[in-house]
Amino acid sequence: MASLRCFLRSGKNAMAALQRSGFHSSAPAAVQMMVRDALNQAMDEELERDERVFLLGEEVAQYDGAYKVSRGLWKKYGDQRIIDTPISEMGFTGIAVGAAFAGLRPICEFMTFNFSMQAIDQVINSAAKTCYMSAGFQAVPIVFRGPNGSSAGVAAQHSQCFAAWYAHCPGLKVVSPWNSEDAKGLLKAAIRDDNPVVFMENELMYGVPFEMSEEALSKDFVLPIGKAKIERPGNHVTLVSHSRCVGHCLDAAAVLAKEGIECEVINLRSIRPMDTDAIEASVMKTNHLVTVEGGWPQFGVGAEICAKIMEGPAFNYLDAPVTRVTGVDIPMPYAKILEDNSVPQIKDIIFSIKKTLNV
Amino acid sequence: KLKMLTNISNVLRACAQRNVAAVVMSARTYADFTPEATFEIKKCDTFKLDEAPATQVVLTRDEGLEYYRIMQTIRRMELKADQLYKQKIIRGFCHLYDGQEACAVGIEASINLSDHLITAYRAHGYTLTRGGTVKEIMAELTGRRGGIAKGKGGSMHMYTKHFYGGNGIVGAQVPLGAGVALACKYQGNNQLCVCLYGDGAANQGQIFETYNMANNRYGMGTSVERAAASTDYFRRGEFIPGLRVDGMDLLCVREATRFAADHCRSGKGPILMELQTYRYHGHSMSDPGVSYRTREEIQEVRSKSDPISMLKDRMLSNNMASIEELKEIDVEVRKEIEDAALFATTDPEPPLEELCNHIYYNDAAVEVRGTNPWAKLKSVS
Repeated sequence: MASLRCFLRSGKNAMAALQRSGFHSSAPAAVQMMVRDALNQAMDEELERDERVFLLGEEVAQYDGAYKVSRGLWKKYGDQRIIDTPISEMGFTGIAVGAAFAGLRPICEFMTFNFSMQAIDQVINSAAKTCYMSAGFQAVPIVFRGPNGSSAGVAAQHSQCFAAWYAHCPGLKVVSPWNSEDAKGLLKAAIRDDNPVVFMENELMYGVPFEMSEEALSKDFVLPIGKAKIERPGNHVTLVSHSRCVGHCLDAAAVLAKEGIECEVINLRSIRPMDTDAIEASVMKTNHLVTVEGGWPQFGVGAEICAKIMEGPAFNYLDAPVTRVTGVDIPMPYAKILEDNSVPQIKDIIFSIKKTLNV
Repeated sequence: KLKMLTNISNVLRACAQRNVAAVVMSARTYADFTPEATFEIKKCDTFKLDEAPATQVVLTRDEGLEYYRIMQTIRRMELKADQLYKQKIIRGFCHLYDGQEACAVGIEASINLSDHLITAYRAHGYTLTRGGTVKEIMAELTGRRGGIAKGKGGSMHMYTKHFYGGNGIVGAQVPLGAGVALACKYQGNNQLCVCLYGDGAANQGQIFETYNMANNRYGMGTSVERAAASTDYFRRGEFIPGLRVDGMDLLCVREATRFAADHCRSGKGPILMELQTYRYHGHSMSDPGVSYRTREEIQEVRSKSDPISMLKDRMLSNNMASIEELKEIDVEVRKEIEDAALFATTDPEPPLEELCNHIYYNDAAVEVRGTNPWAKLKSVS
């Protein structure tokens, strides 16, 4: 009854109201897919498509993946293409890069990006810089992937966000998906890219289901690296975020909408290259910018966005300085109350937006 | 033989424009040379090998000439680079290879250009043997657009087909080389990768990681057999003495530790102790611990090798304690645990004021940025 009243009141939302009430016409039932399954599907499709693609890392094969992202792949593709490694990050990352030199297309998994620090020389000096040093002679078509950023209760050594570290380096592409569609489309793009791509997932997002369009479910669904997506249009303030924080921004936007503040939420999708144009276009419309990230403030993604905005045409459209919402500038504590207060919460985002808008 | 004839015919053709004397001289030179000869060489020391490389080898004249030419080319190229560097026409790093020519040339003599090679920064000689020209190597050293890497790489970053540099980070080339070899194996092309490193790089940890994975054929993971080329952990130091100890037996561990401590304190250096033990739980709370072993196995260890049971049985059967006594200890321990658990569940959480403390040790108080620019938090040591 309520939906019928809605339908009568807002004619232009008729279709939406109809669908909500369950009286579907020919629209197919939306498929829900968790982020981990979207990643799994991406790898499965690319392994099938190109026999040079293979996966290596700790527990990726017989254990089905530490976080079950590679479930079923070893059973399907076997020992040669899904390879369990010892706990030897520097060694196996170097091996993966060498295999890329010699014509294969490895996916090198870090159980978390915290462990990539053990291997970072191979990522930067052997992978990122080689194309340049060889003047374009030697390509390095490799994907480094794994969960990045804070999890829950895993404390300081297992909670760092590496977006800023990797995005700092020329020669790398750095990608940070939020939802399942992002995860699938961007991972396929990364695997097909002939350059080293750092693909940063998020452990807390693995089990979150999202609707997948029919297009997204197809075997050739590839999203462009370097293009952001406007998840929610708005006129009053631009929110720019990546990974899990995109969800928080959407939640904050929903709350603020009730107060008449319409936020435009941009999902960066790529950290490097970053879709500066999309941010600038949005800021020139809304005149206010708030960046939201889980990582630390100093030299971070938000800091880079601030610098970019100052250097571009959007600066003159700002009615207030850019605000950065970030993780607290401390190693991640363990106790739940401390951990909760170490990362941006929805109330922090709302508070910062209101401060920026001076309301 | 065919090559020799070609040379002769070329000389003859050239001499058609000169005088006859030259032709006669060439004919005489050809007749004097031995086409091939046998040589005795030094025997190699081996470690864990049943056979060794041959000590009697054959060299042909053609081969000898070719090797001589290339080695001399490397030698001259390197000495010229030395000169240019001193004139400041070459800048930055320049690691010269003269004296080592037999390595680059000898290796290339026994592999094909379809094989692969990777080395560290002393790479000019290998760039040549792997198909580069002296011209493009030198232009790279002087940073010109005609350089083999268009001037972008310099001395340490030269590449040709199946030659992966030229690597500046000591030791990094070793896992890279193993990765190239993995690709060869993966593609089934019967090619190999020669991976070179020096005595300095030999101390890098990633070399040992590579040894393990290269030897173990890469398909490795959780169980020790799948992760380790050798599961005799007590032998893996090779130059460090080692002990393998029953880690389920308290007395064994105690005695071995006594021995190891004496060894160290008496100045004999480090020692490896392999304690063979067993965990009842999975790797962590998220690992059920039964996907890679059976419950029966866990149960068997529990019943046959439990360290507490072992000690208890020893004491009881030797009349070193009564059952009642041991039971009383059990009760006291249980109570202590209960009390601790109660405290742990009722003690309040840390106060928010302490969120940012202890970033630094023994330092002055600092201000820490919170989640937004207006949140200024305090941190003390």
